[in-house]
Amino acid sequence: MIAKPAIRAEAERLFAAFKAAGALPVDADILQPAGTLLDLYGEDIRARAYVTADPLVGEMMLRPDFTVPVVQAHMASLAEEPARYCYMGEVFRKQEHLDARAREYLQVGFEIFDGAAPPQADAEVFALFSDLLQGLGLRAVTGDIGILMAAVRGLDTTPRRKAALLRHIWRPARFRALLDRFAGRAPVPPARAQLLETLAGGAPQALIAAAGPLIGLRSEEDIAARAAALLEDAAAKPIAAPEAAMLYDLLGLQAPARAALDHLRGITPLLPAIAPAVDRFAARLDALAAHGIDPVTLPFEASLGRTSMEYYDGFTFAFLTDGNRPAVASGGRYDALTAVLGQGRQIPAMGGVIRPAMVAALRGAV
Amino acid sequence: MLKIGVPSKGRLMEKTFDWFGARGVTMRQTGNEREYSGAVEGVAGVELVLLSAGEIPRELSAGRIHLGVTGSDLVRDKLADWAAQVAEVAPLGFGHADLILAVPACWIDVDTLDDLDAAAAAFRAAHGFRLRIATKYHRLVREFLTAQGVADYQLVDSQGATEGTVKNLTAEAIADITSTGETLRANHLKILSDGLIHQSQATLYAARGADWAQAAAPLAALAARLGVAVPQGIG
Repeated sequence: MIAKPAIRAEAERLFAAFKAAGALPVDADILQPAGTLLDLYGEDIRARAYVTADPLVGEMMLRPDFTVPVVQAHMASLAEEPARYCYMGEVFRKQEHLDARAREYLQVGFEIFDGAAPPQADAEVFALFSDLLQGLGLRAVTGDIGILMAAVRGLDTTPRRKAALLRHIWRPARFRALLDRFAGRAPVPPARAQLLETLAGGAPQALIAAAGPLIGLRSEEDIAARAAALLEDAAAKPIAAPEAAMLYDLLGLQAPARAALDHLRGITPLLPAIAPAVDRFAARLDALAAHGIDPVTLPFEASLGRTSMEYYDGFTFAFLTDGNRPAVASGGRYDALTAVLGQGRQIPAMGGVIRPAMVAALRGAV
Repeated sequence: MLKIGVPSKGRLMEKTFDWFGARGVTMRQTGNEREYSGAVEGVAGVELVLLSAGEIPRELSAGRIHLGVTGSDLVRDKLADWAAQVAEVAPLGFGHADLILAVPACWIDVDTLDDLDAAAAAFRAAHGFRLRIATKYHRLVREFLTAQGVADYQLVDSQGATEGTVKNLTAEAIADITSTGETLRANHLKILSDGLIHQSQATLYAARGADWAQAAAPLAALAARLGVAVPQGIG
């Protein structure tokens, strides 16, 4: 492959820029234990990552991204914070279709672990990427999943419904179906109505005994608890129409960042729970402006990042070319991931990656 | 020469021979009944290859056979992007079986995928691991559950006696082939009301990646005799 040296040279240039920005270079094993990634992403990742079997250690995956191992290494270390890391290396993505998207490509990334000033960290990463990708004719888009999550947490509905919506925030179709049902927009499916009628007809233990012998690990208590939850949910009042409308509006919100902020300020009195997230959004825009990024023209889409790897829970961004090609660069905030992998510790964190092969192609070097 | 792969034994082979026979193409085993060799009469230039039904998708994918008869479940499960690799020539109307999701009948709170998803979340919280679904149809089941937005489950491999895995505590639910549902009921399992993943039947496929230079003419003759159309992009 003649192209490879040009791509590697581009990667080296980006890597050097990240080091110059104060990041400590780190590396990660190509073979990653599959269990951690499966627990994080679920079975879906098997369609996207190469799984291989070690005869003694069990299932391993060819590194599908660096963020998880970098977070693990940071959380296990006693490194001082704030910490900045950068890395450069191949990632591997299984493709289920014959149209040849890359199965192996270089990624150069930058991550900040900093609890003191998250909006500044957001702006620092975005501005750094924006600077490095300047002149390539890319379209930058930003988003904020934190506002959406805050809106869900603030809904006037049962904790169980909020948990169900939050759990599916990264699966837009399922999220939408749940919201439609909780808001009374979709009728109760006949199968569910019949199920509720059955459950209301007797004590769970008696119904379970009548249905068949108790087999499997899911216990009678597990079954009875969910039966009770179903009845409780059926009795709960729907999410009020104005509140639901606000959430639908938020899901589809696309506007220049400053206009989006004004819009969100306008609806905050009706959804007071989003106030802290909107304040963070405002602080981020100020921080971006201080880096010379103009919030008046910066595109904002509230739902950006909901369909990618599911760990972004705050600021998100992407640098896109025209057409249906993968992002040249993308990133976001993943505060909750550090808690999941941190074994009791957590720290706000933010980062992103660039695909040097796409940058080199845009420069005409490949 | 056009190579056609046909299941090498049992009812699937007999039914396939019957289907072709009814259309004027005689297939038969040659030599000893345990010998895996056969012949085709009625159309010139067609060679019969007797194979395990489970290997026919792979042989089609590799282009080592031009046509093949196997279950649509096997093609869709074993071949990534199956429609780009093979073309459906004709469904054969036998070998019907449904790939379904089933859970213990005693789960009175679970009737739909929505219930399964919620039960999986609660199960993971209570037991510390993702709810296990035993199956041998990994790709079909995973793609189905991804499309439906079900989370917090894991697939565990089961190559046989899958209905017994729940009772044996190696899985909480199963995804398997059923025709009458008899085995499911005997093992105290019930099918989710929206848990139909795929309706399978024996199907005649053509390999998109095979070398058709010497096989296009026999294919045209065979298709005419069978009364089926040659799929676009084949031959």
